[in-house]
Amino acid sequence: MALAGWMEVGRMEELARLDTPVHRLDARAKLLTTLAFLVVVMSFPRHVVSGLVPFACYPLVLISLGRIPVRQIGRKILVAAPFAVVIGLFNPLFDRQPVMTLGTLVITGGWLSCFSILLRFVLTVGAALALVACTGMYRLGSGLVQLGVPRVFVMQLLFLHRYLFVVAEEGGKMVRAVAARSGGTRTVNRCVYGSLVGHLLLRSLDRAERVYRAMVARGFDGQMPQMQRPVWRATDLAFVAGWTAFFVLARAWNLAAELGRAFSGGGP
Amino acid sequence: MHMADALISPAVGGTMWAVAAGLIAHAAHKVRQTARDNLVPMMGVLGAFVFAVQMLNFSIPGTGSSGHLGGGLLLTILLGPHAALLTMASILTVQALFFADGGLLALGCNIFNLGFFPAFVAYPLIYRPWTRGGHTGGRAWLGTIVAAVAGLLLGAFAVVVETKLSGISALPFATFAVLMLPIHLAIGLVEGLATASVVTFVVRARPEAIAAVRSAQSTAGLRPVLAGLAVAALLAGGVASWFASTHPDGLEWSNAKVTGKEELEVPASAIHERLGNVQEKTALLPDYDFRASEATATEEEAPRWPAVSMGTSVAGLVGSLITLALVVLLGLGLRSLPLRRASRQS
Repeated sequence: MALAGWMEVGRMEELARLDTPVHRLDARAKLLTTLAFLVVVMSFPRHVVSGLVPFACYPLVLISLGRIPVRQIGRKILVAAPFAVVIGLFNPLFDRQPVMTLGTLVITGGWLSCFSILLRFVLTVGAALALVACTGMYRLGSGLVQLGVPRVFVMQLLFLHRYLFVVAEEGGKMVRAVAARSGGTRTVNRCVYGSLVGHLLLRSLDRAERVYRAMVARGFDGQMPQMQRPVWRATDLAFVAGWTAFFVLARAWNLAAELGRAFSGGGP
Repeated sequence: MHMADALISPAVGGTMWAVAAGLIAHAAHKVRQTARDNLVPMMGVLGAFVFAVQMLNFSIPGTGSSGHLGGGLLLTILLGPHAALLTMASILTVQALFFADGGLLALGCNIFNLGFFPAFVAYPLIYRPWTRGGHTGGRAWLGTIVAAVAGLLLGAFAVVVETKLSGISALPFATFAVLMLPIHLAIGLVEGLATASVVTFVVRARPEAIAAVRSAQSTAGLRPVLAGLAVAALLAGGVASWFASTHPDGLEWSNAKVTGKEELEVPASAIHERLGNVQEKTALLPDYDFRASEATATEEEAPRWPAVSMGTSVAGLVGSLITLALVVLLGLGLRSLPLRRASRQS
C-alpha cells in the first residue's frame, strides 16, 4: 500500500461531508440496509448470474444520489479484485459440467459460477464503499454505538481512523529517507528494518501520548462527544423498508430474466 | 488472506460474525474493566502504526523477495490479547470499509482468522511459555517465529475451511489447503522475523516503552476466554442451524462432492421452493436437466432438453443487459436531479 492509499481515505471523508438526500439519512438506516443487501446477495446459489443483476440498483442509487464519483469507487474495486479473481478463475478448472449453450458456444458451470463470483464481488464491495462514502466514519461510529456495538471498540475504531494520517505521515517520511539514501529502493535489510520500524513505533507512541494529553486538557473523559443526537425519521424507515422489500422481491423472482422474456418473447 | 464477501455464504458469514461479536464483547469488557483510559488511544495509534508499517519492506536474504509485518502477534506482545483483538478488529474494519480489503460480511471470518489465532492461541500457548517473560535472546526469537507461523497457519487453515463450508468456490478442499498452507508458512516465518526484530529493538532502545504498555494490559487468564468462546459457539450453533434449515448450500455441496455427482441445486425447504419457483425456471441454471444425461453431448440431448432452456437462458442474458442498462439510466437520472435542500442551505 502506498501513501496514496491514505490520501484516498481522506478523500472518502471529504465525500462524506457532502449534503445530499443519501447523506442526510440516519447512519443506522444505511448500515442495516447494506447488511440486508449483503446477506441477500450472498444467499444466491453459486451459478446464478442474471438474478444478481437487479441488485446493482442499490449501490448505484447510493452512488448517484450521493454524488460520489463512480471512477473513485471503481478504482478501489479494481485494486481489491485480485483475490476474488484468482479464486473465481479456479472454478472453470474444477467444474466443467456444460450447463448452457449460446449458439455454438458451450458454457460450463465453472464459467457461470466464476462470473457469479465476480459479480457478487463488485456488488458487495461497491455497496460497502458507497456506504462509507455517503456516511463518513464519525457518523458510522455513532450509528454503531446506537446499534449496540461495544463503545470501547467503536472509540478505538475512530481513534485508529484519526491516527492513520498522523502515523502514515511519519511512515512516509521514513520511506522517503530510505529511498534517498539507498538509490530509490523501498526494501532494506532486516537489521535496519527492525530499528526503522522500532523507531516508527516509539514515535507513534510518543505522538499518541501528546495527543492524549492534549485531549485530556480539553476535557476528554474517555468518550467521544456527540454534537447532535441523530434522530430516526420517517424517511429512514421508508429507506430501510423500501429497499428490504425490493431485495426480497428480487430474491424471490428473477427480475432480469422476466424482463428479458418480456422483450425477447422466448421461453414459456 | 483477507476473505471477500463474494466467496462466503450467509450461513458461514453470519456464524463467524456471531463468534467475532462474542470475542469483541468479551475483549471490550476486559479492556474496560482493567484499563486506564489512555489504553484506547494507545490501541488506536498502534493500529495506525500497523497500517503505516506496511509501507516499509525488508529484504529476505537469498531469495530476492521482500516481506513486511502483518501485525497480529506484535500487537499482542505490546498490548496483551484483549486489547490486541480489539485493535486487529478495528484494523480489519477500516481495511474493509476504506480499502475494500476483505468484505463486510466476511469481517467476522477475518477477525477470527487474523485476530483470534495470534492473540488467543499463538500468544498464550506458544509465545508466553516459550519466552518466559523475556523479550530478547535466542529463545525469544525462536518463540516469536514459531508463534507467528502457528498463528498464520491456523488462520490460513480457517480460511480454507470457511471457503469450503460456503461452497461458492469449486476448489477442492485438499487442493486449496495445499495452495494456502505453504505460502502462509513462508509468510509466517517472515512475520516472526520482523516481529522479533522490532520487539528486540524496542526492548533495547527504550525498555520502559514496552513495560509502560504492558502495565496497562489486562491479565489474560485463559478460562474466561474459553467461557466466552463456549457462549459464542453456542450462539453460533444456533445461528448456523437457523440458516442451515433455510439454505443448505454448503452441506449440499459437500454431499454432492462425496457422492461424486454434480450438485443439483434443488432448494430443500418449503420457503425456498415457493420463493424460488419462478427463478428456478428462468435463472441461468439449467443443470437440473443434466440429472439424467450427465456425460452425453449436448446435441444428442436436444429432444430431451427442449428449447425452453435455451430460450430462458437467452432471456436471462437479454434481461440482465436490459436491467443493467435501466439501472445505469436510473443512476444517471438521479445524478442529474437537483439537490434542492442542499442548494438552499449553501
